[in-house]
Amino acid sequence: MERAAQILAEHRGTEGPLLPILHAIQETFGYVPENAVAIIAEALNLSRAEVHGVVTFYHDFRQEPAGRHVLKLCRAEACQAAGGDALAARAEERLGVRFGGTTKDGRVRLEPVYCLGLCSVSPSAMIDGRIVARIDDKKLDALLAETDR
Amino acid sequence: MSGIRIYVPGDAVAVACGADELARAIASAASIRKRDIEIVRNGSRGMHWLEPMLEVATDKGRIAYGPVELGDVDSVFEAMLAGGGEHKLRVGPPEDHPFLKKQTRLTFARCGIVDPRSLDDYKAYDGYKGLAKALANPAAIVDEVAQSGLRGRGGAGFPTGIKWKTVAEAQADRKYIVCNADEGDSGTFADRMIMEGDPFVLIEGMTIAGIAVGATKGFVYIRSEYPHAIAVMNDAILAARRGGMLGNSVAGSTFAFDLEVREGAGAYVCGEETALLESLEGKRGLVRAKPPLPAHKGLFGRPTVINNVLSLATVPIVMDKGAAFYKNFGMGRSRGTMPIQLAGNLQYGGLFETAFGITLRELVDDIGGGCFTGRPVKAVQVGGPLGAYFPRALFDTPFDYEAFAARDGLIGHGGIVVFDDSVDMAKQARFAMEFCAVESCGKCTPCRIGSTRGVETVERIMRGEEREKNIAVLTDLCNTMKFGSLCALGGFTPYPVMSALRHFPDDFNTAPRLQAAE
Ligand SMILES: Cc1cc2nc3c(=O)[nH]c(=O)nc-3n(C[C@H](O)[C@H](O)[C@H](O)COP(=O)(O)O)c2cc1C
Ligand code: FES
Repeated sequence: MERAAQILAEHRGTEGPLLPILHAIQETFGYVPENAVAIIAEALNLSRAEVHGVVTFYHDFRQEPAGRHVLKLCRAEACQAAGGDALAARAEERLGVRFGGTTKDGRVRLEPVYCLGLCSVSPSAMIDGRIVARIDDKKLDALLAETDR
Repeated sequence: MSGIRIYVPGDAVAVACGADELARAIASAASIRKRDIEIVRNGSRGMHWLEPMLEVATDKGRIAYGPVELGDVDSVFEAMLAGGGEHKLRVGPPEDHPFLKKQTRLTFARCGIVDPRSLDDYKAYDGYKGLAKALANPAAIVDEVAQSGLRGRGGAGFPTGIKWKTVAEAQADRKYIVCNADEGDSGTFADRMIMEGDPFVLIEGMTIAGIAVGATKGFVYIRSEYPHAIAVMNDAILAARRGGMLGNSVAGSTFAFDLEVREGAGAYVCGEETALLESLEGKRGLVRAKPPLPAHKGLFGRPTVINNVLSLATVPIVMDKGAAFYKNFGMGRSRGTMPIQLAGNLQYGGLFETAFGITLRELVDDIGGGCFTGRPVKAVQVGGPLGAYFPRALFDTPFDYEAFAARDGLIGHGGIVVFDDSVDMAKQARFAMEFCAVESCGKCTPCRIGSTRGVETVERIMRGEEREKNIAVLTDLCNTMKFGSLCALGGFTPYPVMSALRHFPDDFNTAPRLQAAE
């Protein structure tokens, strides 16, 4: 938790520091660990419940480690219009998990995302932070193959 | 000449279609041939079916090629070396392309043309001329913006000048300018394109806003789904600060103004202005009851201008060319131009900025070229997930705030999502309710509970259970949500639901569906 203390120090003087701190924590640890919540609460003079409430409100923040890879498939309207639903079903079937789940071997977590701003080259996805557009079955399978590594 | 200049867009659409790999391949093609080149990562011109679209600067202007794939790099590079020579992917001078020629680019004047990270480039292309005018007569800024007729591009269409006037007149020790760059609506990407392609125009617009109302600090709240926009904005802010355009003395004046980028955390409702302010303050993104308005009590309780990216990015040209120039475009009470975003199942998707008044038919059929699947267009959703679905029968509707409202729709942030005839509109209605249920901040009951009941009711209709009765229940529920919700998330979700039901009743009639599904 030394790193957490350092992150807190870096944000001293920031107006409304909680979200930037949580982003930095998740960037460092891959999720927001419970003991970090306590440290943040104390430093910002908030209750643990308040910090916990913020962590759980936002879709981005995770309370447990993700899989080694995170595949976010866009499920919003413009991607639906371009065949996104069928792709989503294919991803679930190939990985054997539903959206919001992580494969048993911890290899990949499948998440929905509602629009990546790539709606003119839909369907789209984000894999480990990298964006991909114009996805068809072949491209999806290639993305899934990447998660084997 | 120090070598040829090649443009490889760094815009997320281009990157998602392979532009980063292309940039590397071009660099190595050049080094193999021992050719001196300069690669500029420009924004996108907005012809997204041609992305990645590469350009080369020649003495006859820029020549474009697209959509370029890795396997084309060598031959495209050769054509570029030949001074913009022939190639099967040659588009020619981009500004001569009909898709761009038909547009009126005011807000997007520089996007795709300049190097987004270069302050010098920005200035060379008329950047900071608006600020110069603003500094020459700071007291006149609010009036100029009001006179231009500019209305909020984030969705509600509230007159920008009036909002600024309220904040300018408020007394406080501190005021803020907040840019709403949460752009959560499906089918929209204009904010992202501006931030990635011409970030200084947003910085300039926010600076002018600060001077107009007496604010010295601004925040750009960008959704986390936009890592490229966040990176470019951060770089541009740094460059503006180094260049003396932000900081204690803006452009050598007595005005101070500085900016900070803040990243969202994946909550659609944080695009709602009061939820966004809560989020900036480090809280859960719960919608605040109004009044007080943000203009009186906004961020940290201080008077705050909160505007969409496009509203702010349009201010520099309004100041530079004058209110009358801007107001001259458009129709009725919708003045100026709108960057319209063409998305979904469309042959020619992308960004189309034009004066208000263009019809849906022109946008979808003539400009967008219909569905890329080759099937007929069945419906378009205009204005994001809270916008109505329009059938072909309403394609004569002009793009105008009032004309859309008159047909129980909204233009919202200007996104148009096109669907072909394979779409099931009952499913779309269910999705609208589902989305509301997932994204509701939970503060008010009509939105939180109503949306969940809505999903169940649509499902009953889809199963053919007591159709008439459940349609009445759904209609009732929509009324409760429309009039009882705290914000437009619950309040506008009825638009897609009811428009689907009204215009596509057959899709809510289960008997034929069961047969069709075997
Ligand atoms: C659920 C919801 C989401 C919204 N999302 C956005 C958004 O992503 N971007 C935006 O500019 N406005 C959004 N708005 C509208 C804002 O509340 C507000 O009207 C806007 O930021 C005002 O700026 P403008 O006057 O420049 O349009 C949203 C509203 C609601 C109810
Ligand atoms: S709807 Fe999928 S990227 Fe916008």
